[in-house]
Amino acid sequence: MVKSKVMTTSIPPCQRLLQVAMLAVLALASGLAAASGGARGEHAGADIRDVASLQRGARNFVSYCMGCHSAQYVRYNRLGQDLQIPEDQLVRDLMFAAQKPQETMTIAMRPDDAQRWFGVAPPDLSLIARNRGADYLYSFLRGFYLDPARPTGVNNLMLANAAMPHVLWELQGTQEAVFEEKGTGEAVQKVFKEFRQVTPGKLSPGEFDGFVRDTVNFLVYVSEPMQLERQRLGVWVLAFLFVFGILAYLLKREIWKDVK
Amino acid sequence: MSAARSRAAVGQGRFARFIDWVDERFPLTAMIKEHATEYYAAKNFNAWYVFGVLAMVVLVIQLVTGIFLTMNYKPSATEAFASVEYIMRDVQWGWLIRYMHSTGASAFFIVVYLHMFRALLYGSYKNPRELLWIIGMVIYLALMAEAFMGYLLPWGQMSYWGAQVIVSLFGAVPGFGAELVEWIRGDYFISDITLNRFFALHVAAVPLALILLVVMHILALHETGSLNPDGIEIKERKDARGIPLDGVAFHPYYTAKDLVAIVIFLALFAAVIFFAPEMGGYFLEHANFEPANMLKTPEHIAPVWYFTPFYAILRSVPSKGWGAFLMLMAIVLLFFLPWLDRCRVKSIRYRGTTYKLALGMFVISFVALGYLGLQPATEKVYVYAARMFASLYFLFFLLMPFYTRAEKTRAVPERVVYTASH
Repeated sequence: MVKSKVMTTSIPPCQRLLQVAMLAVLALASGLAAASGGARGEHAGADIRDVASLQRGARNFVSYCMGCHSAQYVRYNRLGQDLQIPEDQLVRDLMFAAQKPQETMTIAMRPDDAQRWFGVAPPDLSLIARNRGADYLYSFLRGFYLDPARPTGVNNLMLANAAMPHVLWELQGTQEAVFEEKGTGEAVQKVFKEFRQVTPGKLSPGEFDGFVRDTVNFLVYVSEPMQLERQRLGVWVLAFLFVFGILAYLLKREIWKDVK
Repeated sequence: MSAARSRAAVGQGRFARFIDWVDERFPLTAMIKEHATEYYAAKNFNAWYVFGVLAMVVLVIQLVTGIFLTMNYKPSATEAFASVEYIMRDVQWGWLIRYMHSTGASAFFIVVYLHMFRALLYGSYKNPRELLWIIGMVIYLALMAEAFMGYLLPWGQMSYWGAQVIVSLFGAVPGFGAELVEWIRGDYFISDITLNRFFALHVAAVPLALILLVVMHILALHETGSLNPDGIEIKERKDARGIPLDGVAFHPYYTAKDLVAIVIFLALFAAVIFFAPEMGGYFLEHANFEPANMLKTPEHIAPVWYFTPFYAILRSVPSKGWGAFLMLMAIVLLFFLPWLDRCRVKSIRYRGTTYKLALGMFVISFVALGYLGLQPATEKVYVYAARMFASLYFLFFLLMPFYTRAEKTRAVPERVVYTASH
């Protein structure tokens, strides 16, 4: 009778605390995963689980970016492996500037030449997504507008007086930025209102956004190629620690039983 | 030793005889007894008492991961940044080792700040534990030096400019400031030479000092005995065998209890490593993913979060010299805590409202300064807020002799308060 009563008592407070702690860990983990990554400009919606998007992004990067930008820490064969691109296809479609698949994504343009031609050497893009955030890159690539005052003929909403020309103009077409004047007197400020398409591009605005999204997605992937691997592994590590934590707690309870 | 001999005489197994052989040449069993199986700690430790052990765990993580990073890192201005990316991408498990190390740096400060706060809560720095506290403060200083120099090694933009800002602070030393800065850098600017010497100090000199200091810290702790949340000296009440009535042996009682804390800590640690290694830019700053460029000053230079309370104090003063002086004083004053606090009662449980309020204000000021140190200094309101909280930070120490002397304390019980949870 007494025994059964003991059996039905609720969970001891320490144990509940442990459970709460474990739950908190898991909640924190998922919360943190969501919190990483910047939030500037428009939302890129990058998702590195979308392999097809990454493959398109790799194609875009090699065709439109690698004329001037390297990704010198990225190896072609790693790319092929992670993006599920067979080696013959990798060599044929992506390796325009390399002989062997184990080479990194370097370019022929020398930084000092680039400095002379553009005023600033185009940065290596291996880590640009971790440096600037996916949303910034997405807004930057969509943010070129006509500005006759600039030597390239364009300016950028995200990076004023950017040295980079509008490489994707054929795809996007050209657009102008409409600014509104806000405030009065000395406090008057020009605030961006909207873009207005001037000439159409090869792609529709929706298609172009998709093109940029894929490219940015690829940059997010190359900035940290192991991110999916670490998340997969992390689940197992937390699961192990959860089980180990229960055992450790039971051991503690057993040892402390005689402390009055 | 006589006990060991007699056991050997009885004729035990091979292992026991081996231990006896060792004990005659090295005090192995005696040390285990003194520091573990017969080291008695009060049975009423609460969660605040786990952070010392956790700091040791983080120290081991940092030492081990640091050794493996050193195997692939190149301390050279032209190769450092690339070698870190090589570790992240091409070295087997390199990313895991690197994230453990970078997360470990922040984790170290989290547990050390909580460990120090525990001392403030329960009067762990008071007579007879003044030296224990001072050794701990020296550890904290060494840790700051270690973290600061380690942060230069990835050779990112924030590594470079953070080091530039902090090293230039030594220029505020009157008389030979400029020469001192040049001597520290070994060059006219932060350069390859600076990187090399910071590497040497980060991987050899400071870790050695840290290990030595930690050993001293533990020896000092075991000399006085650990205090407890009631602030009672358990050594004063012993049973017939000389064992404190309220004490339990560190091993197995606290090893078992600390293990639970270690697992919970590791789960949080792993959650960061595997799911948010940048921790939203607080553990790994976004700007540091761009290689150091001495010709391009970043718009906003912020140190890593664990230095920002002091950075906010520095920036709140218009004069660089006085700012650096106050920043230094913010740390130096902590050393004098055992003598600034005049109250005889140790634990906050039995201390007066004045200390509770003062400590609350201090914590709010420290956290607020930490937040303000992360913000750009361009907003006037931030500067004024930093001045207010810096003032409160200093008043906590400077007024302490007065508000603690006449404190209305409650009666401290004779034995620790403990209720078995089962």
